[in-house]
Amino acid sequence: MAIDADDVRHIAHLARLDLSEDEVERFRRELSAILEYVNRLEELEPGRAAEPEPPDQPLRQDRVQAWPDPRWFLDQAPSRDGFFLVPRVVE
Amino acid sequence: MTPFGNGATAAAIAARVTAGETTARQSVEDALDRASADRLNAFLSLRPEPALEEADRVDRRVAAGERLPLAGVPVAVKDNIAVAGGVTTCGSRLLEPYVSPFDATAVARLRDAGAIVVGKTNLDEFAMGSSTENSAFGPTLNPHDPERVAGGSSGGSAAAVAAGLVPVGLGSETGGSVRQPAAFCGAVGVKPTYGRVSRYGLVAFGSSLDQIGTLGTTVEDAARVLEAIAGSDPRDATTLPGRPGGLADGLDEADPAARIGWPREFFGEGLDPGIRAACERARDRLEAAGAGIVELSLPHAPYGIAVYYIVAIAEASSNLARYDGVRYGYRAGGAGDLHAMYERTRAAFGAEIKRRIMLGTYVLSAGYYEAFYGKGTVVRGRIRGDYKAAWERVDAILTPTTPTPAFPVGEKAEDPLAMYLNDVYTVSANLAGIPAVTVPFGRVSPAPGRPALPIGVQLMGPAGAERRLFELARFLEREAAA
Repeated sequence: MAIDADDVRHIAHLARLDLSEDEVERFRRELSAILEYVNRLEELEPGRAAEPEPPDQPLRQDRVQAWPDPRWFLDQAPSRDGFFLVPRVVE
Repeated sequence: MTPFGNGATAAAIAARVTAGETTARQSVEDALDRASADRLNAFLSLRPEPALEEADRVDRRVAAGERLPLAGVPVAVKDNIAVAGGVTTCGSRLLEPYVSPFDATAVARLRDAGAIVVGKTNLDEFAMGSSTENSAFGPTLNPHDPERVAGGSSGGSAAAVAAGLVPVGLGSETGGSVRQPAAFCGAVGVKPTYGRVSRYGLVAFGSSLDQIGTLGTTVEDAARVLEAIAGSDPRDATTLPGRPGGLADGLDEADPAARIGWPREFFGEGLDPGIRAACERARDRLEAAGAGIVELSLPHAPYGIAVYYIVAIAEASSNLARYDGVRYGYRAGGAGDLHAMYERTRAAFGAEIKRRIMLGTYVLSAGYYEAFYGKGTVVRGRIRGDYKAAWERVDAILTPTTPTPAFPVGEKAEDPLAMYLNDVYTVSANLAGIPAVTVPFGRVSPAPGRPALPIGVQLMGPAGAERRLFELARFLEREAAA
């Protein structure tokens, strides 16, 4: 299950990771080895096993709850001005 | 007042604080003194002022007649579990500036029980690793041999407990991250049933696998801490109903004559002969005490690591999408547009995080989803099925916790796959959602002239069977000391 450098760049783009060329080569090698190991699942008979039983999932009311001090959250932002600031996304 | 020496148990501290023989403040001061002198890099941060204020509050509650099961017990908390007003770095540069605005439910319950968090402990970045070497803040060293790793990812909590800096700690598990470092450091480590402990305030890695676990120097202590933090929580819809009690009292009176499974897949190639011998000794002691030993097969267990490195990383790649530099944590400067800002910010992840995000993204991507993620969930169902069938025949399963004792720092750093195989005996409990306990059982000598290293034996049981596992683990703990 070998993957090539273009695969690595494509995956990095999907995952929003900026990789150096050294990293591309390193991950090409390492990811290929790990995928080869993971591929041992192919030894098993195909066919669907019983799905894991879903545990009982209690549902809660979708209800707005006030947080005592919203500044706790906003103050964590790396860039802010009473709201979260990001680089301009529209011209 | 006499200070607590290394090795005072949580049970003993709580009893003495409750009896008025000492104070929570004294207990916390002692722990802070020991933790400040930590040479193992077990702690990433200490919180002396809030801890002492909280200790005084506990002393007032005790004086007012409140009965607190963990009165004055100092606790180490893995730094991916939120403690209000303090840092939660996850061992990552990306969260270095982050201050948690709230307590994890497990932490809030520790406070209710009278325990005091003295500091936050080291971990592999975002709990991804088996040695604590992936921490952005350096590895945690093994208390028995500082040239070796403490294990991971909860290596900081395991080392802090095993070195006697604190009697008990919290860690977290996705594939063995409490049990493996506990075994390496010579501590008791508990991975509860999935849903037993609320994940609210635990930084998410693989949400269908993650579970907060406990560490202690004794089975009773690890059980007491679990009892304090366990139970349903409206803030985590995957918690099990109810709040289990009676996990830790009277473990000595229990009858060890259980039906014990001995799964052949766990004793094959790659297992250290000293660890195998320890497991056989544990088996023989149980048998001599009236337990029935049942040889059995868990045929899909050997595929656990392969399944894990599909399911866990797929979930991780989704969970770690939130680190985008917008709302909290680190943001890379100088990016002209939003996309570049995401990519450069996320470039600050360590190599193992990138590797897992990449793999997870790959196995979920168009064209590969069925072959990898689909197949992984099918085999996960079969692993679950193997265990379900086993519980028809046995009450618990006895295995090694790790294939080897603690390895030297740096030995596996360049070989991710070799590192992953550390979790070969622990990971299937996470995939199946069942509880497991590791208990120290003897030592092995890794090489001539090196210090002997502790090893662990593991007991796994059906969902909800923590109490029975603690009884059996307590029996083995007594036998190990005999």
